[in-house]
Amino acid sequence: MTIRLLIKQMLAQLPAALRKLDPRHLWRSPVMFIVWLGSVATTVAVFTDPSTFTISLAVWLWLTVVFGNLAEAVAEGRGKAQAASLRAARTDTVARVVAPDGTETTVPGTQLKIGDLVLVAAGEVIPGDGDVVVGVASVDESAITGESAPVIREAGGDRSAVTGGTTVLSDEITVKITSAPGETFLDKMIALVEGASRRKTPNEIALSILLVSLTLVFVLAVATLSPMADYAGAPQDLVVLVALLVCLIPTTIGALLSAIGIAGMDRLVRVNVLAMSGRAVEAAGDVSTLLLDKTGTITYGNRQASRFVPVGGVSETELRDVVRLSSLADQTPEGRSIVALALAEGADDQDLPVGAEFIEFTAQTRMSGVDLSDGTQIRKGAGSAIHGWVGGTMPVELTDTIESISRDGGTPLVVASKTGDTSRVLGVIHLKDVVKEGMVERFAQLRAMGIRTVMVTGDNALTATSIAAEAGVDDFLAEATPEDKMELIRKEQAGGRLVAMTGDGTNDAPALAAADVGVAMNTGTSAAKEAGNMVDLDSDPTKLIDIVEIGKQLLITRGALTTFSIANDIAKYFAIIPAMFLVAYPSLDTLNVMGLATPESAILSAVIFNALIIVALIPLALRGVKFRPASASDVLRRNILVFGLGGVIAPFVGIKLIDLVISTIPGIG
Amino acid sequence: MSDTWSGLLTIVTLVGVLALVYVPLGDYMARVFTTPRHTRVERRIYRLGGVNADAEQSPRAYTLSVLGFSLVSIVVLFAILVGQSHLPYSRDLPGMPGWMSFNTAISFVTNTNWQSYGGESTLGFTAQAAGLAVQNFLSAAVGIAVAVALIRGFVRVRSGELGNFWVDLTRGTIRILLPIAFVGALVLVLNGVVQSFTDSTVTTLAGHSQVITGGPVASQEAIKELGTNGGGFYNANSAHPFENPNGFTNAFEIFLILLIPVALTRTLGTMLGDRRQGLTVLGAMGVLFATAVAIATWAEIGGHSQAASAAGAAMEGKETRFGEWASALFAVATTGTSTGAVNSSHDSLTPTGGGVTLVNMMLGEVAPGGVGAGLYGILVMAILAVFIAGLMVGRTPELLGKKIGAREMTYVALYTLSVPAIILVGVGSAIALGSTPGAMGNPGGHGFSEVVYAYTSGANNNGSAFGGITVTSTFFQVTIGLAMLLGRFIPIVLVLLLAGSLARQAKVPETAGTLPTSTPLFGGLLVGVILLTTGLTFFPALALGPIAEALS
Repeated sequence: MTIRLLIKQMLAQLPAALRKLDPRHLWRSPVMFIVWLGSVATTVAVFTDPSTFTISLAVWLWLTVVFGNLAEAVAEGRGKAQAASLRAARTDTVARVVAPDGTETTVPGTQLKIGDLVLVAAGEVIPGDGDVVVGVASVDESAITGESAPVIREAGGDRSAVTGGTTVLSDEITVKITSAPGETFLDKMIALVEGASRRKTPNEIALSILLVSLTLVFVLAVATLSPMADYAGAPQDLVVLVALLVCLIPTTIGALLSAIGIAGMDRLVRVNVLAMSGRAVEAAGDVSTLLLDKTGTITYGNRQASRFVPVGGVSETELRDVVRLSSLADQTPEGRSIVALALAEGADDQDLPVGAEFIEFTAQTRMSGVDLSDGTQIRKGAGSAIHGWVGGTMPVELTDTIESISRDGGTPLVVASKTGDTSRVLGVIHLKDVVKEGMVERFAQLRAMGIRTVMVTGDNALTATSIAAEAGVDDFLAEATPEDKMELIRKEQAGGRLVAMTGDGTNDAPALAAADVGVAMNTGTSAAKEAGNMVDLDSDPTKLIDIVEIGKQLLITRGALTTFSIANDIAKYFAIIPAMFLVAYPSLDTLNVMGLATPESAILSAVIFNALIIVALIPLALRGVKFRPASASDVLRRNILVFGLGGVIAPFVGIKLIDLVISTIPGIG
Repeated sequence: MSDTWSGLLTIVTLVGVLALVYVPLGDYMARVFTTPRHTRVERRIYRLGGVNADAEQSPRAYTLSVLGFSLVSIVVLFAILVGQSHLPYSRDLPGMPGWMSFNTAISFVTNTNWQSYGGESTLGFTAQAAGLAVQNFLSAAVGIAVAVALIRGFVRVRSGELGNFWVDLTRGTIRILLPIAFVGALVLVLNGVVQSFTDSTVTTLAGHSQVITGGPVASQEAIKELGTNGGGFYNANSAHPFENPNGFTNAFEIFLILLIPVALTRTLGTMLGDRRQGLTVLGAMGVLFATAVAIATWAEIGGHSQAASAAGAAMEGKETRFGEWASALFAVATTGTSTGAVNSSHDSLTPTGGGVTLVNMMLGEVAPGGVGAGLYGILVMAILAVFIAGLMVGRTPELLGKKIGAREMTYVALYTLSVPAIILVGVGSAIALGSTPGAMGNPGGHGFSEVVYAYTSGANNNGSAFGGITVTSTFFQVTIGLAMLLGRFIPIVLVLLLAGSLARQAKVPETAGTLPTSTPLFGGLLVGVILLTTGLTFFPALALGPIAEALS
């Protein structure tokens, strides 16, 4: 986000920020409420003492409140824009409800009941959330996911859920409505991005408690300073005490706290993940165990050729060329990967010779291949199938190779050719599940962050071991049933660990509900989406890792701005205390290390800095502190340096610069 | 030997001896509070008190036991003080006035030992030994018990119990305080501290007869320092030659003051099964203590005040047999703990030196703090540090495997709020009172410091004073009495509730993503948070007191 865009957003939200000046709204943030009270008191003082100083103070105190509101308004504004586009998808739909006797009635989408059967044909908008009970159709879900490629939805299985507001592109389906109007996924989504259903998260509550107690301490410190100052012979004006109080209470974090939370949810929305609650985002930062499905998350999910092993004296080039030929017309992912590997190993990129006929894989032959015009037949298939085709005894070398590939978790595909009556086995293609690029590095990063990765797969232990070792996960669960998954979650949680997982099937629902962070795939069943506390609209299980990082980033941003806010107070004391007591104790001028011009300019500079720092930090609050995966020690050291030490030093510089400017104003300088 | 060398040698020796006893005493205390076995004497005590020593208490029951026991202690002590004329060995002294007894009873039960009276001229031997000295043991044992309960909160997993207060109290008294105090008293007697049950009458050189007040001084002196109590048998406290006759007894008394608070960090490490955590806490305490000693010593030997410069040295209010080094060290030790014993007049310290003693108390007396109170105080600050900075590692805050949620934070926030609130309200109302300037021993900034010191000392249960101020008016007796009472028991209740809430939790396993809390980095962070929270709260008051004075 560019600064220019942000300024535009801020200006656009200014009216919203001014509306938020209502004390009934501010009461929810006690820190900002105190500033509001101080602003009112100072405004009243303007009428009794209309000096430049008092007026400037009043103006800047009001600005402090407005800036705080602005942060929240801008954060909310981004969600509102998104909600508006979602609302467009929720146009008034008409539903064709099918009664049990087969008669069809047309009712408005808003009057659907759970359990209604609705007929939706090509070109029609699905009127509500539900499961397909009859038929199969391609559906455009771009209104929800932003992804324009259509998806297939069919009755039965894990691809049956449809979302209200999406459009059927082809065919006709019957949908059983599963959620009442007003509680549909789209409704929930709108409420979420608008922040209407936003409640304070546990950590926000705990932080608010700290902020309130700090505020109380400072209220006491300033209130009791009044009699102390009287004793010292330097009675203080109410406006000066108010200025001191506002500078001391943690206004920076108080103003930005809710914006940080909203922005965190917003960052998830941007990667197309919907969190049902802020609590879930926080939990994501705390996650210490990730359950990752092997297929689709860790591996590409389809077996790919990784190696050609010639047998019986066949040369590598011959085998390579023959397998390429056999797979040229094979459009399965395996077939394509064989061609790709052959090319990578140096085969010529020629087309299939004229007259060649592709033999497709069938359940009967369990082989596929090609018949060339010269009568040569080439087949590839499982060892036993080829054995049956070739006849005779298999060479020991071959059975050994087959065995060793199987042992490694791979799939051996035997290639043979037959010319006339002579047939021979040429070699074996080693097919295996290929680990996605970059996964090893990501798992290493996660380990450095203290997160354990557990691979979940239906494969047998042998296959799982080999993939787990290759991917570098910490542990695996082989031949996993949903019950095993549940058991694993329970075990991890009993040890005090927080678990995150993804799932899409109905049988994943209990585990999704039990996990601390359960990300349901949008393609999944409604039961899964209901059980999880996040939904990934892209249905990309790899995103679990991004979700964890966004959770951490949210917490880091909150902590960094809290630290910064508190550290700022040191400089403000050095500005204001000497200014207040310069007359009674001239020696305190030694504390005026910034060399601020006059008591008035010093106090006003501190107040202005206090207000401007809120605006200056809005971009950081919205974007979040940059997160680089590293161990907690390293992250802490860097952030303490930047936000702790930086928080001590920055206001000294800032207040001095402001003082240089405003000390030129008559009545202040 | 020059002052500098002897001063440095004292410090080095002190550190060396503390290092020697650190492991054995710390581990011994850990055993005392974890073993299931009772001694015969203890069993008899439990039977007498009707205590089921093998049953554990819920946090609520533990808290109520502490409060109930302390309330009874206050009432009993009050009765002894008011009615001492009816007790034997009372040297024909009248009973203490009502409000003074109120103040004194609270003072000794809260481990404060604020004294608005002169010991030798107000109290008889029975009130001193059976009243005050008994509370010196018991109030110290209460402090240790509360600290141990908090450690158990961290150690235990999904537990609804914190131990048994009566057992902790009895064991702390019998197995820890009594034996060490006994040996300590012997060492003091051998080195010239008085121990008797009579006054002596002597004929002076001029031929007059003079009564020299004797009494059970050494026995009281040992527990006065060991239990970080600080209430002197004599008005002059440890500056009196009968309490603290020479350089050795002075160093030995400082050793006794620091002994248990320092060794308790080892107890923490041992009970947690994480020795480095104990060392980190000790390290933070050590940095604060060393800094305070360095500044105070620099201020005192440099004589950084107008009066001292004129006189050539800042010796006003100090004993010549101790000098500036030993006085500064004692002053820091007594205010860094909740002791409040003095071997010099704090009111006469240089503005900077006096400011250090004041800040030492304002930090919450955590360097190394009162027996037990210092440890639970710094652990609460560690939670605060974890909460503020812990978020910056990208996880919700946790300390030693326990999550710091809204409930825990409420207790911690109220804890950190309570004592400053008591001090600020106390000082604010006292200074607003027209009669207060009349009670001050000095005008201007220094007079103001006297008032700030009084409430800071009371609320933090220290007991030392900028003695120029006269605190015998009912206003001061009552408000400082309340400051001591609330400053002791509000934090204790909050710590026990916190401990209960921690004990109920499961333990989050430590991973690379966990904020490491047993490293120098965290130690530094802890020091920073302690200084920052104190500094921000008290900066205005300090600016009008010691800072204004020091800069002029």
